[in-house]
This record gives sequence, structure tokens and C-alpha cells, in this order.
Amino acid sequence: MGLKSNLHNLKEKYKGTKYAPAFNALHTFLYLPNETTHNGTHIKAADDLKRTMNTVIMAMVPCLIFGMFNAGYQHFSALGTPVEFLSWDAFYIGLIKVLPLLIVSYGVGLGIEFLFAIIKKHEVEEGYLVTGMLVPLIVPIDIPLWMLAVAVAFGVVIGKEVFGGTGMNILNPALTIRAFLFFAYPTWMSGDKVWVHGAVERSQEIAAGANVDAISGETILGSLAQGHEIHYSISDMFFGFIPGSVGETSTFLILLGGLFLIFTKIGSWRIMLSSVLGALVMGLIFNGVASSGWIAESSKFYALMNTEFWHHLLIGGFAFGTVYMATDPVTASQTNKGKWIYGFLIGFLSIMIRVFNPAYPEGVMLAILLMNVFAPTIDHYVVQANVKKRMKRLKVKTA
Amino acid sequence: MGLLSKKDTKLITDPLADNNPITIQVLGICSALAITAQLKASIVMAVSVMAVLGIGNVVISLLRNVIPSKIRIIVQLVVVAALVIIVDQVLKAFSYELSKTLSVFVGLIITNCIIMGRFEAFALGNGPWRSFLDGIGNAAGYGLILVIVGFFRELLGSGTLLGFKVLGDPIEKTGLYAIGYENNGFMLLSPMALIVVGIIIWVQRSRNKALIEDH
Repeated sequence: MGLKSNLHNLKEKYKGTKYAPAFNALHTFLYLPNETTHNGTHIKAADDLKRTMNTVIMAMVPCLIFGMFNAGYQHFSALGTPVEFLSWDAFYIGLIKVLPLLIVSYGVGLGIEFLFAIIKKHEVEEGYLVTGMLVPLIVPIDIPLWMLAVAVAFGVVIGKEVFGGTGMNILNPALTIRAFLFFAYPTWMSGDKVWVHGAVERSQEIAAGANVDAISGETILGSLAQGHEIHYSISDMFFGFIPGSVGETSTFLILLGGLFLIFTKIGSWRIMLSSVLGALVMGLIFNGVASSGWIAESSKFYALMNTEFWHHLLIGGFAFGTVYMATDPVTASQTNKGKWIYGFLIGFLSIMIRVFNPAYPEGVMLAILLMNVFAPTIDHYVVQANVKKRMKRLKVKTA
Repeated sequence: MGLLSKKDTKLITDPLADNNPITIQVLGICSALAITAQLKASIVMAVSVMAVLGIGNVVISLLRNVIPSKIRIIVQLVVVAALVIIVDQVLKAFSYELSKTLSVFVGLIITNCIIMGRFEAFALGNGPWRSFLDGIGNAAGYGLILVIVGFFRELLGSGTLLGFKVLGDPIEKTGLYAIGYENNGFMLLSPMALIVVGIIIWVQRSRNKALIEDH
């Protein structure tokens, strides 16, 4: 007897009892259910929630693997003993640091989903599959695991379950988790140490009196906000050989993932495109302000404002947020026109927050959360405008 | 029969749970968010509101037959303003530091909806003893939530309770901090107070299904 029939038997045995949803979820997740619809369906589509989620996860796997390599690569570069990017040494550091993040994220998140399914007596929803994958990709590599666990618990319960579970949430759960971490434990989520593995530890050793060199763990955005010179080339930024959150550094792989999502019609190309447009427009405005001399070079905003407008697409979490999180179908606008407005404002506001508030260099997180809140309002006005237009047409006809 | 009849006891116990001013009537939220970052401030605020509401209810109840109904709001405001000024002065005299922490929120007790609400809804139509009990009960219900919120916010946000370092010293790295625990800065921000109040409402309504509104 294989695992499948075992699970099926368990499922039958516990049918109708409290723990049934847990067995059902495992069974459905691992295998095709034994009972499928045989006749009477008229619309046949292969994509259910599970497949949609899995497609997004597939689009993120390259980022995860790249993130593991990059974690080690950045670590050794900062130590002053650089290793080859695609080396076992680099990958090993990444593996032992990122895998626990992934396990904690899925363990805590799915644990809570199962718990709520049992309490509320509904089937376990697949909603956490994507969130669980997003979370390790958008946090700094050295974040303590218990903090991540607390944040995941908070994000899943307050961000999602209180609204009624998957599909009912107003805010993107992964970003709720990140925002919680950001406001609760700012020393681990921002600054010039946390983005490279080992930098925090090293600074503690120095504080304790050890005679070693400090490791810089600063992101490009952080350096710019401080007015420091950056020494990464454009191709480094594009391919992602830069410090940052675990999986968001490689714009190239995110671009591939985005194209994959657009090709499979899972992610909305309208949101991605309009968000990029919004960011470019805001970047151009800032470039214009800087080059026309309206702002003094001594201003603390000058370095970020003077950054070439299209560099903003390559640095920070902008690309990752736009492709994987702004397009979350639950929290984004639903109407096509609404998606254009929603995406444009995300891009526009991300760059604005990034430049004007160096304390919150991750403007994209706050911009997406803000627009999540406004998405239903945008939809409302788009629908009302359409109703009005058609009413007018009706009146002209009948008049 | 003891000091309180069954009906009178209900005046005090009802606002503690099933008719709580904060979690059920959703009044007085503003101060509940603003001053609950420390347990001590919450307790002082709760006691202040209890004094103002208890005495104010009695005064309004005694005056209820002579207040012309056209100007009753003004009269109520005068009474509550006088009481709040007394409370404010007492705080300044005996606990200056704390009155600094509470700052404008002591003065803003005047605008606390719970107080005007009880004057209007209860004291204007009931005798002084029952009004007093109602005032104490409602202030206790308000204070209870304040203390719960203050407890969790101070414990998780600063790692202290009433100023005592119950979780150890974050700088010396003793107690819980020795194993890597850190304070949750989010707890000190007002949004988290709203979330804590929300969780209390959630727990309360899941225990008593009758409180869940139809919609």
C-alpha cells in the first residue's frame, strides 16, 4: 500500500471529524484527489488554486537558488576573501542560512493554517504556499529565526485569518509579515549591517573588543541615502551580485520570473508594466528636479534624486515587489483599468518614499501595502465610471 | 440582601464584560491608543477617569431636575471640565513626571465619549447612588481594557512592567535578553494598541456569540 492509499484511508476514517481538513489538505497537496468530477461540468480548466500557486512558486525558485549563492558570495566578498560566485563554498553558506528561514516560514505559517482550518471546520486553503516562499526571499539573511516565526504568526493571523482566510485578505500577507518585522525589530531590518551574513556578528565582536575589521553590509539604497559612493557596476545590479534581502537582488531572474508569470497568465502584465512606468515617471521627475538645480547638492535627498531614473528599477526590492507582490490577485485591483492606476501608483509612490524618506529605503513595501488598501476604492470608481458611461448611452438611445 | 441589590450589582458588572465601553460600545478608543504604551500611565488614566465619571455622574444626577434640557450639554461640560481640572492639578502636584507622560490626554478626558455618554444616558434619568455605581462600573470597564492593553504593550514593547525590568536588562543582556530576545518596537506604536484592542474584541466575541452583530 502506497502513501497515497494510506492517506486516502486516513481521510475516509476521519471523515467528518475535527481533523479531517488536515488529512484532506495533505492528500490534495501531494496527489490528485481520488474523487474528481466525472460529468456535468461544462467549463474545463486545468488551473485550480493549487496549480496557480505552484506556478508562482516555480517562478520564484531561481531567485531562491540565486539568493543562496549570493548570500555566500556577499559574505566572502565582504570578508575580503572573495570566492567564485557559482562555488560550493558560496552555496553552502546560503544553504545553511536560507533553508532554516524557508522551514520556519512554511512550518509556522502552514501550522497556523491547519489550526484555523480545524477550528473553523473548513478545508485547508493553499493560500500560504506562495506567502511561505515569498517570506524568506524578502528578509535580511541574518534575521533571527524566532523573530521570523513571531512575524509569520502575526502576518497569517492578523493579516489574513481575521479577514476570513485566503482570498479575503486586504493586505498582502508576505508584506504584512515584512512590515511587522520592519517596525518591530528595526535593528535587524535596516541599517548597514544586516544585509550581509556575518556583519552583525562581526560588529558585536568589535564591540566586545576583538581586533578585527568591520564588515560592511550596506545595500546600494542605504549607501545612496547616506551619500556614499557606490562601487557596483550596472551589470552587477542587473544580475544581482549586490547585497540585499535574500532573493530580491537579481533583477534578471525576477524579469525571467515575471515573463513566465505573464506567459502563463498568472501575473497581470498590466500591473507590472504600469508599475515600471510609474517608477520611471517619478524617477524622471526627480532627475529633472536635480538637474535643473532646484535642490542643493548638499541636500540629503540629492544623491538619491540624482540617481539615473532607470537605475531605480535595478536596485532595492522594486523589481521583486512589482513582479511577485503587487500582482497578488487577491489584494490588487480587479478591473483592467483599475490595474493600470494601481500599478502606476505603486511604482510612483515606491520611488517617492525611497527618495524622500531615507529611514524607509524600502519604499516598495510601503507603497504596495498602501495601494492594497486603496485597491477596492479604485475598483469602485472604475466600475461606477463604467456604469455612468453606459447610462448615458442608454439615455441617448431612448431620447 | 447586602450592600448592593442584584440590579445595582449589574450596574457595575455589566460594563466590565458584556457592555464594555471600549470593546462593545467602541467609545474612548482615542485615549486607549494614546496612553497605553506603559502600564503605569494606563492605571493612572483609569483611576482618573473613574474619579471624574463617578463624581460627575453623582453631580449630574443631583442636578438632573434643575438642569434645563436645552442647555444640559453645556452644564455637563462645565461639570466634567471642573472635575478634570481638579484631577489634572492633583496629578501635577503629586506625580509631576507622570502628568508629563499623560500630557494633553488628562485634559482630553473632557472629550471622552464615555463620560458624556453616561451623563446623557444614565445620570440624567437616575438617582445619585445608582448613577455613582454606573459611573464606577463604566470607568472600571474602560480601565480594565486600558490595563490589559498597557500590560501587553509595556511587557512586549519595553520588557518592563510598571518600570520593573521583568524580562531582564536589554543592555546588560541578562534574563531573556541573554538568549537573543529583543523588545518588539511595534508594540510601542499606536497601531499596535488598536490591534491589541481588536484581539480582545475577537476573544470576547468568540466566547460570547450573542455579542456578534448581524449584518
